Amino acid sequence: MLYVVITYLWLALLLYLLLGGADFGAGIIELFTTEPNRPQTRRISYQAIGPVWEANHMWLIIAIVILFVGFPGIYSTMSIHLHIPLAIMLLGIIARGTAFAFRSYDAVHDNMQKVYNRIFVYSSFVTPLFLGIIAGSAVSGRIDTHTDNYLSAYIFSWLNTFSVAIGLFTVSLCGFIAAIYLIGEAKSDDERRRFVRKARQMNIGAVISGALVFIFAAADHIPLADWVFGNPVGITAVILAAVSLVILWLMIRRGRARTLRLLAGFQITMILLTVTYKHYPNIVILKNGYLSLLTDRGDDKTIQALGLALLIGSIFILPALVYLVYSFQKRDVQEP
Amino acid sequence: MFPTFVLNIAAAMNNFIAARSQMALSLGFHIVFSCIGMVMPFFMAVAHFYWLKTRNPVYRNITKAWSKGVAIFFATGAVSGTVLSFELGLLWPNFMKHAGPIFGMPFSLEGTAFFIEAIALGFFLYGWERFNPWFHWFTGLVVGISGIVSGILVVAANSWMNSPAGFDYVNGQYLNIDPMKAMFNNAWFQQALHMSIAAFAATGFAVAGVHALMIVRRKNPKFHYTAFRIAIVFAAVAAILQPLSGDISAKNVARRQPAKLAAMEAHFKTEKFAPLIIGGIPDTATRTVNYAIKLPGMLSLMTWDDFSAEVKGLDQVPKQDQPPVAITHYAFQVMVALGMLMAALSLTYFIALIWKRKWFGKSWFLKLFVLATPVGFIAVEAGWTVTEVGRQPWIIQGVMRTADAVTPMPGIAYSFYLFTAVYFSLSLIVVFLLYRQIKMVPVMYDVGS
Ligand code: HDD
Ligand code: HEM
Ligand code: HEM
Repeated sequence: MLYVVITYLWLALLLYLLLGGADFGAGIIELFTTEPNRPQTRRISYQAIGPVWEANHMWLIIAIVILFVGFPGIYSTMSIHLHIPLAIMLLGIIARGTAFAFRSYDAVHDNMQKVYNRIFVYSSFVTPLFLGIIAGSAVSGRIDTHTDNYLSAYIFSWLNTFSVAIGLFTVSLCGFIAAIYLIGEAKSDDERRRFVRKARQMNIGAVISGALVFIFAAADHIPLADWVFGNPVGITAVILAAVSLVILWLMIRRGRARTLRLLAGFQITMILLTVTYKHYPNIVILKNGYLSLLTDRGDDKTIQALGLALLIGSIFILPALVYLVYSFQKRDVQEP
Repeated sequence: MFPTFVLNIAAAMNNFIAARSQMALSLGFHIVFSCIGMVMPFFMAVAHFYWLKTRNPVYRNITKAWSKGVAIFFATGAVSGTVLSFELGLLWPNFMKHAGPIFGMPFSLEGTAFFIEAIALGFFLYGWERFNPWFHWFTGLVVGISGIVSGILVVAANSWMNSPAGFDYVNGQYLNIDPMKAMFNNAWFQQALHMSIAAFAATGFAVAGVHALMIVRRKNPKFHYTAFRIAIVFAAVAAILQPLSGDISAKNVARRQPAKLAAMEAHFKTEKFAPLIIGGIPDTATRTVNYAIKLPGMLSLMTWDDFSAEVKGLDQVPKQDQPPVAITHYAFQVMVALGMLMAALSLTYFIALIWKRKWFGKSWFLKLFVLATPVGFIAVEAGWTVTEVGRQPWIIQGVMRTADAVTPMPGIAYSFYLFTAVYFSLSLIVVFLLYRQIKMVPVMYDVGS
C-alpha cells in the first residue's frame, strides 16, 4: 500500500503541474500579452478553463493531504522551514482564485474588471514562482533543522539562487503548457499564430532558466547533473523529452491540437520523472540528512487506510472528471 | 491614540497568541463560506426542480441568480479551505506531526468529496441548456450532497481533537494507531449533526433576510417573495431542530470534556442540584457569577437527566488545565440566546403559514426576518468559539497542549496582520459583489415577473 500512496503523491504532483500549470500559464500568457490583444486571450482562456479550474486545483489539496496524513514528518519540517514561501504561495492562491471568480461573476462590468485582471495576472505569476521555489528548496540541501539563527533557519532555506531559478523554470513551463493548450482553442489563424509565438517565448524562457538552474546547482554543489544524467532512466527521459520537443516544433503550425497537447504533457512528465527518479525515496534533502518516503512516514495502518481512501476515491472521481473535460471540450462555453 | 493602541497590541502579541488568532481568523472566515457552499445547492435544487416541473420563469431566474452568487462564495470557500490545509502545518507543525496520521482519515476521504463537488459544480454552473435538464439538476444536487459530506468529515476531524480516540498515548509516544476508530470517536456524531443543522439555519436565515429586505423595499416582489419562501422553510425547520441537537451536544460535552461544560456554564463549584446559569458576569477570582439568572437543578437535569445529579465544576480541574471561563461562557450564552430567538421566529413563520396568511403582506412581519439576517452566522461563530476556546489549553484534549504545538518560527504576528488585511478586504469585496448582484436582479431577470 505504501507504494500505492507514493504513486498517488507523484501523480497528484504531476497532474497539478500539468492542469494547475496550464491554468496558471493562462494568466502568465495574459501578463505577457500586449494590451490590445488581452481581451481576446482572456476570452479564449476563460472558455478553456472556466468549467475545470476548481477541479484543477484539487490536485494540490490531494498532494498536501497525502503528505500530512502519510508523511507527517516531511509535512511539518517543510511547514516550519519554508513557512514564508508557503505563506506567499497561499496569498497568491487566494488572490488568483478570487480574482478569477470575481471577474467572471461580477454582475456589473466596469472599471473593477481592470483591478481583477491585474490581480489575476500578477498572482498567476507569483504563485507558480513560489511553488517552484518551494520544490527547489526541498532538494537544495539548504534546510537546516539544527540552527537557531533566524536567517539560516527561515530565510536562506529558500531564498537562494538555485531555488529562485527553479521558480522561474516552473513559471516558464506553466506558460509553455498553457500556450500549447490554447493553440487548440484558437478560433482563427491569427490567434493560433499568436499562441505559437507565446509558446516559443515560453520555451526560450524555459531553456534559459533551465540553464540557470544547472549553473546555480553547480555553484552550490548540488549534484543536479548527476541526478539527471547519472543514471539510465534519467538519460532516457531527457532524450525522449528532447525528441518529443523537436517533433512538437515540427508540427506546431498544422498539427492537431490533441497531439500537441499530448507531446507537451509527455515532456513535463519526463522532466518530473528525471528530477524525482534518482533521489527517490529521499524527497527532502536537508543540510544534514534526508527525509525519506520510506521511513519518515505514518503507521502501517494509516498508510493502509490512506491508500484505500485514494483508491476508492479514484473510482468515483476519474470517470466524472473525464466526462467533465470531454463534455466541455468541443462546445463553446458561454459566459454563465 | 489609535496608533499607540495598535502598537501596544503588536508588542503584546507573542507568537503563540498570534498563531491562535490567525487560526481562529481563518477558520471563522472559512466557516461562513463553507456553510453557504453546503446549503445553497439545496435551495437551488428546490428552485430548479420547480422550474423544470412548472416552467414558471421565476424559478429559473431564482436558480440562476443564486448560482451566480454562489459561484463567488464557492471560489472564496475553496481558496480559504486550501489555505487552511496548509495553515494546520504552518502554525501547528508539532500537532500535525503526531495528529496527522491519526485524524487524517476524514481528510483523505474529504479529498474525494471536494473533488466530486468541484466537478459537479463545473457541470452545474456551465451546463445550462447543454445537458438533459434532469441530469443538470442532478449535478446541482450532487454539489450539495458532497458539500454536506465534506462538512461532516472535517467536523469529525475536529471532534477527534475534543475526544481523542484510536491510539494509545504511552510515554509521549502515539502507539497502536487506528484511523477508523479515531474518525468515529465519541463526539463526531453530535458535532456533525449540530454543525449540519446550524449550516441550514444560518444560511437559511441569511438568504431569507436579504430577500425579505428586497420585498420590504418593493423591488421585484414576486421574485424575492418566491426566493424568501424557499429559504425560510429550510431555515425554520433547522432552527426548530437546533436546540434539540444542542441538548444532545451538551450532554456529550458533559461526559467527554467536563472542564469545557463547566466553563460554558460558568459552573465553578462541583455540586448536586446544580443550577443552570443564564447570562451574568463570571468572576474567576472570587469564583462567582454576578447578575445571573439561576435555575436550580436545571443543569443537573439537562446534562444527566436527573435533578440531583452531581455536575463537576471548575474546582475539580487543576488551574493550569482550565479553559478561559468568561469567553466560553459569553459565547455559549450568545449561541443559545440566538438559537432560542431563531426557534421562536421559526414558529412565528409556521403560525403565519398555517393560520395567519395575511401576515405575509405585513411589513413588520418581513422586517423581523430582515433583522434576523446575520443572527445564524453569529451563532455559528459563537458556537465554534465555545468548542475551540473551551478546549483550551489543550489542542488534543488531555494529550497535547496548544502551547507545545505552535511553530518555532518567530514573527507570526506579521503573518496574522497580513492575513487579517487580506480576509478583511476579501469580505468587503464579496459583500460589494453581492450588493451588485442584487441590484442587477431587475435588469437581468425581469422577464414576465
Ligand atoms: C445556527 C447556529 C447555532 C445555534 C442556533 C445553536 N448552535 Fe450550538 N453550536 C453551533 C451552532 C449553533 C456550531 C457553530 O455549529 C457548533 C460549534 C461546534 C459544533 O459542532 O457546532 C456549536 C456547538 C455547540 C456545543 C459544543 C459542542 C462541542 O464542543 O462539541 C453545544 C453544547 C451547543 N452547541 C449547544 C447548543 C444549544 C443548547 C443551543 C440551543 C439553542 C444551540 N447550541 C444553538
Ligand atoms: C470552521 C469552524 C471553526 C472555527 C470558527 C474555529 C475557531 C477556532 C478558534 C476561535 C480557535 C482559537 C482558540 C484559542 O486560541 O483559544 C481555534 C483553534 C484551532 N482550531 Fe478551530 N475552529 C473551527 C473548526 C476547526 C476544525 C474543523 C479544525 C480541525 C480539523 C480546527 C482546528 C483548530 C486548531 C488546530 C486550532 C489551534 C489550536 C488550538 O487553539 O487549540 N478547528 N479554532
Ligand atoms: C467546521 C469546519 C469546516 C466545515 C464545515 C467545512 C466545510 C467545507 C465545505 C462544505 C467546503 C466546500 C464548499 C465551498 O467550497 O465553499 C469546504 C471547502 C474546503 N475546506 Fe472546509 N470546512 C471546515 C473547515 C476546514 C478545515 C479545518 C480545513 C483544512 C484543514 C478545510 C479545508 C477545506 C478545503 C481545502 C476546501 C476547498 C475544497 C473545494 O475546492 O471545494 N476546511 N469546506
